[in-house]
Amino acid sequence: MNLKYMYSLLAVIVLFLLAYLGVEAAGLELLFGIVIPYVAVVAFIAGVVYRVMGWARSAVPFPIPSTCGQQKSLPWIKPNKFDNPFTPGAVVVRMILEVCCFRSLFRNTRNSIQEGSKLAFQLEIWLWLGALAFHYAFLTVIVRHLRLFTEPVPAMIKMVETVDSFFRLEVLSDVVRIGVPGIYISGLVLLAAVTFLFIRRIVIPHVKYISLPADFFPLFLIFGIAFTGILMRYFSKVNIRAAKELALGLVSFHPTIPQGIGPVFYVHLFFVCILLAYFPFSKLMHMGGVFLSPTRNLPCNTRAVRHVNPWNYPVEVHTYEEYEEEFREKMIEAGLPVEKE
Amino acid sequence: MSDFPKPDELLSNIDRTPPQTDWMDTPVNIRKGMYCYAANPKSVAYTHLPFPHQWNPMDEDWKLPENWKEILHEGFKVRLERFRSFKLFMDICVRCGACADKCHFFIGTGDPKNMPVLRAELLRSIYRNDFTAAGKILGRLAGARPLTVEVLKELWYYFFQCTECRRCSIFCPYGIDTAEITMMARELFNLIGLNIDWIATPVANCYRTGNHLGIQPHAFKDMLDFFVDDLEEITGVRVEPNFNKKGADILFITPSGDVFADPGTYTCMGYLLLFHYLKEVYGLDVTWSTYASEGGNFGSFTSHEMMKRLNSKMYAEAKRLGVKWILGGECGHMWRVINQYMDTMNGPADFLEEPVSPITGTKFENAKSTKMVHLSEFTADLIKHGKLNLDPSRNDNLILTYHDSCNPSRGMGMFDEPRYVIQSVANNFYEMPPNTIREQTFCCGSGSGLNAGENMELRLTGGLPRANAVKHVHDKYGVNMLATICAIDRAALPTLMDYWVPGVGVTGVTEMVANALILPGERERTTNLRGEPLPGMEDE
Repeated sequence: MNLKYMYSLLAVIVLFLLAYLGVEAAGLELLFGIVIPYVAVVAFIAGVVYRVMGWARSAVPFPIPSTCGQQKSLPWIKPNKFDNPFTPGAVVVRMILEVCCFRSLFRNTRNSIQEGSKLAFQLEIWLWLGALAFHYAFLTVIVRHLRLFTEPVPAMIKMVETVDSFFRLEVLSDVVRIGVPGIYISGLVLLAAVTFLFIRRIVIPHVKYISLPADFFPLFLIFGIAFTGILMRYFSKVNIRAAKELALGLVSFHPTIPQGIGPVFYVHLFFVCILLAYFPFSKLMHMGGVFLSPTRNLPCNTRAVRHVNPWNYPVEVHTYEEYEEEFREKMIEAGLPVEKE
Repeated sequence: MSDFPKPDELLSNIDRTPPQTDWMDTPVNIRKGMYCYAANPKSVAYTHLPFPHQWNPMDEDWKLPENWKEILHEGFKVRLERFRSFKLFMDICVRCGACADKCHFFIGTGDPKNMPVLRAELLRSIYRNDFTAAGKILGRLAGARPLTVEVLKELWYYFFQCTECRRCSIFCPYGIDTAEITMMARELFNLIGLNIDWIATPVANCYRTGNHLGIQPHAFKDMLDFFVDDLEEITGVRVEPNFNKKGADILFITPSGDVFADPGTYTCMGYLLLFHYLKEVYGLDVTWSTYASEGGNFGSFTSHEMMKRLNSKMYAEAKRLGVKWILGGECGHMWRVINQYMDTMNGPADFLEEPVSPITGTKFENAKSTKMVHLSEFTADLIKHGKLNLDPSRNDNLILTYHDSCNPSRGMGMFDEPRYVIQSVANNFYEMPPNTIREQTFCCGSGSGLNAGENMELRLTGGLPRANAVKHVHDKYGVNMLATICAIDRAALPTLMDYWVPGVGVTGVTEMVANALILPGERERTTNLRGEPLPGMEDE
C-alpha cells in the first residue's frame, strides 16, 4: 500500500533535485526559467482544450439530471428550485452552488453501525471544509501571483493581496524575519489543506484503499509548490524584483534571465510547470469536467421539454399487428377487441 | 434460506476493513447467494441479442466468443462517443471517497468493491489501459490494468451488484452517476451474451406478450376479472375495466407485477376501484392495454436500445387507441424511463394532447411534452380539489411510513405528491429518519433486475439500510405498514421485512386510497382489500 505514495513522493523529490541541481550545478537557468515554462503553458492550454473538446465531441443523448429535491408538478406543491431545477436559469444557480460551494459534497454523511444493530448517519463536513479551504486558498494564491505578471498591478489584485496579507506578525531575529511582508493566509491554508487531504488518504482505511499514485502525486507537488513559496517569502528571501522581471519577460515574450534569483525560485517555478503540464492528463481535469456533468447541468424539465438525441437510430420493435397476429384467436375468445376479425 | 445467518449474525459479520491486498490483486470470488443465474439462451435469442449461449457463472469457462476482447473494446469506444456522461465519468473521478459509504450494498456487505468509487474503478482501470496515454505508458502506476477473463468476471459480478439507485450520485461533487456506469457495463456484457436470466427472460416476455411476466392477452383479462370478483365481494360493487378500448380518454399503464403477485395485486385492485369511481362519478373513461401491459422496463437494465424497443409500445398503443394522454401506475424504474428517456427515444408524442385532468381542469404542465402523468400526481390533484369521497379511518389499523423508491426520487423528484395522498387517506403516518428518505432514500436492494431468488443474500444485505430505518420507526412508533410506489418494492420488500423487521407489511399507495374511497352504491365494507377486517369490524 505504501508504495502508492512512495512512488509519487519519489517522483516529486526527483523533480526537486532536477530543478535545484539543474540551476545550481549545471547553470541551466535558461532551460528552467524560459524554455520549460513556455512548454508547460503550451501543454496546459493545448491539453485542456484537447480534453474539453474530447468531452464536447461526445453526445448527450438523454437528459439524466440527478433530482435532489421536490420536482415542479402541481401548482400547490412547492418545488425545490435549485436541487431540482426546472429552468435553465435555475440550472445556472445549481451549477454555481456546485462549483463555488461544493453543494453535493456538503450533503456528505458518515455511516456507521452502532450498538451492534443500528445504522447511524453523522454529518461529515471535514472533507467539504478541507476541499473548500484547499480550492479557495489555491485560487487566492493564483490571483495574487498575478501581481508578478502585470505592470501596473490592477487594483483588484492589489486588493486581494492586501486582504490576504491582512494578518501581520512581527518576529525579528537573525534567522526568521516574519512580519516585514504581511503573512499570506492563503499560503498557509493551502499548505494545511494539502496536508489534511494527504493525511485522510492514508488514515481513513477505505480512502487509502481506493487511492492511486495519481492521487498522491498532485498532493505532493502542490505541497512542494506551497512549501517553496513560503520558504522564499519568509525564510530564504528571494529577490522579488528579479522574479517579477522574469515573469514579465515571459508574458511579454521578451524573456530574460535576471541575475540572483536563487535556486529555490527555480524549484518553485519548475513544480508549477510540472503541475501545469500534468494537469490536462490527470484527474485534475475535474475542474473542467464538473461544468459538463450531465447529471448536474441539465434542467429537470424532462417531461415538459423534449430532449433530442443526435444518434436516435430506429430500432426493431414488436408491433401491435404482430402481437395481434399471434394472439388473435385467444383475444377474440376472451372478448378483447381486435383490429382484424 | 435455511443455512442463512440470522439477522444479528449477519449484522455482526459486516466487516468494513479493506483486505490486506490491493484491490487489483484481490481476485474475484463469485459466491452463491450473491449472483443471479445466467440468461437462458432462448430468451437472448428471442430478442435477437448477440451470442446467446448456455453458461454458468460458477464455471471456469464462460464460453465467450473468440474475439470477445475486441468486441468489448469496440463497444467501449462506441459508448464513449455516444455518451458524454460515460466518457466524463471515466475521466474526472478524484477518488475523494464521499460516495463510499452511501451504497446500500457496501453498507450491508462491507465488500470494498461495492463502494461506488471502486465499482467504477473496476471499469475505469480498463478504460485507462485501452484509451488513455497515461494508462498505456505507466500501466498500473496510472491505475490501469488489462482486461482478462478474471477481470471480466469481476466486472460482471460487481456490476450485477449495483441496483442503479443513484444514491451515490447525489453525494458526488461532480455528479458521477454509478447507475450510468452500470448501464454501460451491462450493455457491454450483453454484447457477448452475458446477461442474467432475471433480466433477459422478462425482456423476451415483454417483447412478445407486452409484459415481463409473459401474461398473454386473454390471461391478462382473466387476472383482472378475478380482482373484479374479489372487489365485488368486498364492496358489493362490480367494476368494469376497459381493455384495448379505442377512443377512451386515458390509457393506463402499470407494471405487470401488480397484476401477478401479492401485495401488488391489492394495489392493482386499488387502481380498478379508483377508475370505477372516476367513471361513475365523473364519466372518465380509462382503458387498460394488453399490448402495452407493462410499465416497467427491464430493457433499461439490458441496453438503451432494448429500453427503447420495449418502451415503444406505450406511444404506439396510445396512438392506436386514440386516447388523449397516458396515465402511469406505481413503478420505480418505469418512471425513470418515462421521465428521462421516453420522449427522447420514442417521441415526439404529437398525436396526444397536453395532459389535463378532465375532472379538476388541472393542466399537468410538467408533463406537457411527454404526455404521461404519474398516478400519484393525478390522485393528489383529485384529492386537493376534493373530488374523492374518502374515509381515512378505514386505514386506522395501519401505522404507515413511506419508502421513497429510488427512481421516482433521484430520477424525477416526486416526494410530496405520494405523501399528500397517503396523509389524505390514512391517519397514522410517520417518516423514517431524514438521511434515509426523499433524495437520500435507500434502495430495497433488489432493483435493476436483481430481485431473483438465487441472490437472496445479496438482496437481504443490500436491503439492510432500508430495513434498519423501517425498524427504527417500527420500534419507535409501532409502524406496521410500509407504503411505496414501486412494483419491485412491493415484490421485494415483504421478504426484506420478514427477515429484518417482522410485523411490517408492504402496500402500494393506491391500495390505501382504495381502502378509504367510498364508492357510490357500495355496501358497508367490513374488510379492506386484503380481506382483513376493517378497524372496529373485527367481530363481524
